[in-house]
Amino acid sequence: MQNHPVYTDNDPQSELSTLNLGPTHPATHGVFQNVLQLDGERIVSGVSTIGYIHRAFEKIAEHRPFYQITPLTDRLNYCSSPINNMGWHMTVEKLLNIQTPKRVDYLRVIVMELARIADHIICNGVLGVDTGAFTGFLYMMEHREAIYEIYEEVCGSRLTTNIGRIGGFERNFNSRAFDKLRAFLKNFPKTLKEFESLFNRNRIFVDRTRDVAAVSAETALSYSWTGPLLRAAGVDYDVRAMNPYSSYEDFDFEVPVGDNGDVYSRFLVRNEEMWQSLRIIEQALAKLDKEPSDIFHADVPEFYLPPKEEVYNNMEALIYHFKIVMGEIPTPTTEVYHSVEGANGELGFYLVNDGGRSPYRLHFRRPSFINYQMYAPMSRGMLLSDAIINMSSLNVIAGELDA
Amino acid sequence: METTDLIFRIVLIVVIFAISLVVAMYSTYAERKVAAFFQDRIGPNRAGPWGILQPLADGGKMFLKEEIIPTNATGFLFIVGPSLAILTACIGSAVIPWGSAIAIGGHTFDLQVTDINVGVLYIFGVVSLGVYGIMIGGWASNNKYSLLGAIRAASQNISYEISMGLSIIALLMLTGTLSLKEIAEQQHGFAWNVWRQPLGFILFLVCAFAETNRSPFDLPECETELVGGYHTEYSSMKLGFYLFAEYINMFISSAVMATLYWGGYNYPFMDNFAAWAGPNPAAIFGVVVLFGKIFFSIFFFMWVRWTIPRFRYDQLMDLGWKILIPLAIANIVLTGVISTLLK
Repeated sequence: MQNHPVYTDNDPQSELSTLNLGPTHPATHGVFQNVLQLDGERIVSGVSTIGYIHRAFEKIAEHRPFYQITPLTDRLNYCSSPINNMGWHMTVEKLLNIQTPKRVDYLRVIVMELARIADHIICNGVLGVDTGAFTGFLYMMEHREAIYEIYEEVCGSRLTTNIGRIGGFERNFNSRAFDKLRAFLKNFPKTLKEFESLFNRNRIFVDRTRDVAAVSAETALSYSWTGPLLRAAGVDYDVRAMNPYSSYEDFDFEVPVGDNGDVYSRFLVRNEEMWQSLRIIEQALAKLDKEPSDIFHADVPEFYLPPKEEVYNNMEALIYHFKIVMGEIPTPTTEVYHSVEGANGELGFYLVNDGGRSPYRLHFRRPSFINYQMYAPMSRGMLLSDAIINMSSLNVIAGELDA
Repeated sequence: METTDLIFRIVLIVVIFAISLVVAMYSTYAERKVAAFFQDRIGPNRAGPWGILQPLADGGKMFLKEEIIPTNATGFLFIVGPSLAILTACIGSAVIPWGSAIAIGGHTFDLQVTDINVGVLYIFGVVSLGVYGIMIGGWASNNKYSLLGAIRAASQNISYEISMGLSIIALLMLTGTLSLKEIAEQQHGFAWNVWRQPLGFILFLVCAFAETNRSPFDLPECETELVGGYHTEYSSMKLGFYLFAEYINMFISSAVMATLYWGGYNYPFMDNFAAWAGPNPAAIFGVVVLFGKIFFSIFFFMWVRWTIPRFRYDQLMDLGWKILIPLAIANIVLTGVISTLLK
């Protein structure tokens, strides 16, 4: 941690003033604080304070069986919880050497890409709000609601989804889920196009965002930025393409890359990623038609909880249910790292297992936490307004920042 | 004569004051409905039919809210701020000609509270005073966000008043008078000033946005950067005064804009209409026309607010000093050259 200067306003001769941006401020969109030293409206230096909503998830995870850690991952980046859930399931599957059927992979891809769209809707919409254009945000929010309704059909909940299980999904997608998905694929492109036409060539918006908080590829890499931020800086690193998981290698999509990593290129990269996500979902739907429609989980009875009616009527199911719940099944003593392309960067899970029912140690590689480290240094010399839209385009989610 | 005139003036003052307040009140309602319309929402629809009682409910709420004066605020100035804001907003309407004269029982009455010969200057003076309300309030709050908002408001208003004044000068070169009544009379029928001063009108319009602190120039109160800007610390009706003053200012700016550029109460074929229906109905229809123009301007203010993002502080200054002022000066030169050549 950088040394933490204490700013005071006690010196009457000082030309600088201290501004407490947060922990509750309309622009922070979450609970985190920045103490800024201002010369007029220009930021001289700043100190970020994080940890206001630290909930010790990594420690809690050490005491929970694997399948009960999923709800913890929900609360990391709560704008795209399904990606976190899936990432965690895949980590455990990697640990246990479970091969998932293709249909499960494709269903997961659909859910993850929906989550990515939902997250980018929030981020780009809020960037619009922070520059003063509220209307585009509401156009997009309507479709986030459509995505949440698809989640509801799939798993019953909306924000903190707890979607899927180790080995697949807890139940098959119903026909309404597919209907809603198709309706979304039909309606959303129109709105996204409208949203882009509201902003992409809007002179005020371009002036506000172009060359603001520009980051070179070297700096971005040296701060281990990932995700849309790194791609906006011109590095074509995408976990989905570089290190495919969940059968992403079967899909045809492009990795959009920006030029100088400023707020405007991040905005464009995120918009383009939404288009690519739509492409992926369409391909996934086409591929699903060729798969048997009743498979929604891997055949791993020792880790996949059997349905309740099976438990009550079938002895094997009862035994497995008992063994899973009581944690009687041995697991490999090893370490695994698995990462997925989260909505704002590489979301990694580093799992050290000692053979028991819960992790010996679990570490989340949280992209918000890592991306945010550059915020205070890069704010130096910026105007207050720029620092604020920079914060919204970093897409820092307090839950993921503080874990 | 004198007594009837005096009574008429007093009635007119009360009526115009009431109309300003009602228009401002319903502008808040219109703003929400217009925003809802742009954003595919419904907007307020609970208080009364179609939510038309919403402004009353909001006003009542404002009065009943707890009033908080921060411990470290400068108490007296903290109260002066919003009072000044609402006062200057309300007195601007005094010189606006709302219609041509109407005749009742042998007396002719001007639909204008007072026709001072420097009406345009009066409007400018009053509008300039308005920024003191914001500055004093922002400074007295003893809050850095308020102070930043107040500084932004002050520098913004000073910069944009210059180009606003310069854009008016070109107009005054054509009209040759500062009296709003005479300016309105000169635009008889369809001879509106906007046809003769299109560039001047656009400059004036942009400056009017800045003077009323409306988006895209709403930096003094932009909520995502400065929480509430200059009114961060205000609560209860003092906050209400600030918000209300903004809407009254919008109304007055629209009225001034309509009078200076869009012909005021004049409308095409007004002579034919007066010959057919008589002078009094024609004059009253002129008032309706003026209000139609004002409401369209207010709608335009809202349309812009809910469509485009706001400027950054330095871009705002660049626009004011590097673009609008040179353009306004060029407009003056152009007006001078053309009017000399046409003479």
